Amino acid sequence: MNRKHTIAILVNDQPGVLQRVSGLFGRRGFNIESITVGPSEEPGLSRMVIVTTGDDHTLEQIQKQLYKLIDVIKVIDVGSNPMVARELGLIKVSAEPSARPEILGIVETFRAAVVDISPTSLIVQVVGDSEKIEAMIELLKPYGIRELARTGVTALTRGVK
Amino acid sequence: MSAQSATLKSKEELIEKWSKPEVITGSEMLLRSLLLEGVECVFGYPGGAVLYIYDAMYGFDDFKHLLTRHEQGAIHAADGYARSTGKVGVCIATSGPGATNLVTGIATAYMDSVPLVVITGNVATSLIGTDAFQEADIVGITMPITKHSYLVRKVEDLPRIIHEAFHIANTGRKGPVLIDIPKDVSAAKGLFKPVTSVQLRGYNPTVQPNRMQVDKMLRAIEQAERPLLLVGGGAIYSGAHEELYEFVTKTQIPVTTTLLGLGAFPSGHELHIGFPGMHGTWTANTAIQNSDLLINIGARFDDRVTGRLDGFAPNAKIVHIDIDPAEIGKNVPTDIPIVGDVKAVLKVANESAKRADKADAWRAQVQQWKAAKPFKYIDSDKELKPQWVISMIHETTGGDAIVTTDVGQHQMWAAQFYPFNKPRSWVTSGGLGTMGFGFPSAIGAQMGNPDRTVVSINGDGGMQMCAQELAVCAINNIPVKVAILNNQVLGMVRQWQELIYDNRYSHIDLAGSPDFVKLAEAYGVKAFRATNKEEARRAWTEALNHPGPAVVEFVVRKEENVYPMVTQGSTIDQMIMGDAE
Repeated sequence: MNRKHTIAILVNDQPGVLQRVSGLFGRRGFNIESITVGPSEEPGLSRMVIVTTGDDHTLEQIQKQLYKLIDVIKVIDVGSNPMVARELGLIKVSAEPSARPEILGIVETFRAAVVDISPTSLIVQVVGDSEKIEAMIELLKPYGIRELARTGVTALTRGVK
Repeated sequence: MSAQSATLKSKEELIEKWSKPEVITGSEMLLRSLLLEGVECVFGYPGGAVLYIYDAMYGFDDFKHLLTRHEQGAIHAADGYARSTGKVGVCIATSGPGATNLVTGIATAYMDSVPLVVITGNVATSLIGTDAFQEADIVGITMPITKHSYLVRKVEDLPRIIHEAFHIANTGRKGPVLIDIPKDVSAAKGLFKPVTSVQLRGYNPTVQPNRMQVDKMLRAIEQAERPLLLVGGGAIYSGAHEELYEFVTKTQIPVTTTLLGLGAFPSGHELHIGFPGMHGTWTANTAIQNSDLLINIGARFDDRVTGRLDGFAPNAKIVHIDIDPAEIGKNVPTDIPIVGDVKAVLKVANESAKRADKADAWRAQVQQWKAAKPFKYIDSDKELKPQWVISMIHETTGGDAIVTTDVGQHQMWAAQFYPFNKPRSWVTSGGLGTMGFGFPSAIGAQMGNPDRTVVSINGDGGMQMCAQELAVCAINNIPVKVAILNNQVLGMVRQWQELIYDNRYSHIDLAGSPDFVKLAEAYGVKAFRATNKEEARRAWTEALNHPGPAVVEFVVRKEENVYPMVTQGSTIDQMIMGDAE
């Protein structure tokens, strides 16, 4: 019954608003798998995208409880409609010159990019849904992942709406 | 007549005076804004970070400021004021410890949806975040227990923020709003222009119900054979007692009112069957469990009402009327949700509500239960029984007092043996269950209702949590009548330890507490002690007749338990009835 849900929340760009939202998730026992925040299409409003897991009852409660926050303008269950969900990953992988051709092959297949090169490592930038980033990580693991940074998912519903 | 119009005029003149745009300090803006919100009385305690605010109050008497002896006393007083009047309660405290002393009171108000505007000082904006003297992040600390909160960064924002705070506190599902004012903001000058409108995109409570949903409820009533109304505090907060009375008169459905709903419907009415839940009436609990249509009107299916959830009202179709959509379906799956203000919903319903015609047998059944299973206790002429004391208080006040309570056994006995017929007469901490609430909340209730008798019923435990406020009663001659049911023990904990923890009485003995008569007298409050019925009646009557505050200590039986009792994990029809049954 537990499913992954992607929720977008339009909030007033006010100090403390992230704390209000994340605090609500924490104290009501809602799980946050990832959270991203940034400016939205409207000045003064930020868009948060939260990926959470729970059953339908939990999702309903999350939405209703979020609406009780004065700084929350709109809650959208993005995942209930066709959506574009993207995450960016930066993967610093060990890359001795001998291993580089193989790694670059993987990067090309994934339409990822190398954004930094040092004598012994590369930083690979990969954009896509979470599964794609996980697949990329799996493939790069054998070479030795030194550092990993992921942004968490941000998302919009498709089409005009 | 002429005197009246003179005062009216002066009020208008005052409003004109307060509204005049002027360059003034943040502190003066605060006072003027409070006045324009209609504030008559604030409860507070000064300190470093609110010195500018208190300086502005020097010699100021446009509203009354009541200096309590602890910030917790101030906020509970503001709470009692708000619950008993329906107006917003206001309290002020300084930064750091002043602010953190308010936390319990804020949580108390939040759990019971009480409108408060809580004003705290903070260190100057340049010091925020530096662990300055008496700095505490009170906005952060109270985020989970406020409806909303503000940290004021610019003096120009103050009038808007205060107006918004009052609006948010007292509309929709009511609740406490905190305004944290750094010291430099209360000192700074700016142009004051009164704010009279609110623009909050993210805040639009649904007041009017969806008519189709109301019609569904009315059709369900026509079909129901065993309908029941479960009425909560929301009915009182929305001022819906008249609409509720009309609804019941039209539908002839039996009514149970929750602990916070007591007074929403006259207790003496034939169709009223008392309160449900852990210590509620056998009839209310049995009726809930046997109902086929349960209409929740402004209650929130609290665990103390529902008992074990998966066995709650097993045969009932559930209708839930609430202004807070998040309450609907939160605990109990709902068949007919109705989002809206209780008063507005019942108004719409009353346009076409009809008698529940299929429920005649049920009405008779409920009446029979009610007659057979009232609250019972074994009275005694040798020792004072707390239930008898409450009944005596009820009788001597004509059932017309405002009663505030603390939390524990005495609270349940007060709910059981002091039936209410009017709304806003019963002030009790239901959700948070805050000890120390009973006495200071009575001070606030009395400030808001100078012409009514205010009785505060306490145990010997809770009384000692805010006893210092006796000074406030004495100095300001606030004529609260305080009853202390002294059983020399933390009674409700004792009861649980007896019934559930095999008589292992762990740390509940309050023997050696101060002599309450001497304690009250030390504060300059008239006090009496009673150990038998005759003394009790005499002392209490004398206390009621005394023009000022008075304390009566009733020495009651230690081993007395509150019955019926539903133990945790049981369904509400599994009640321990006690020896009297």
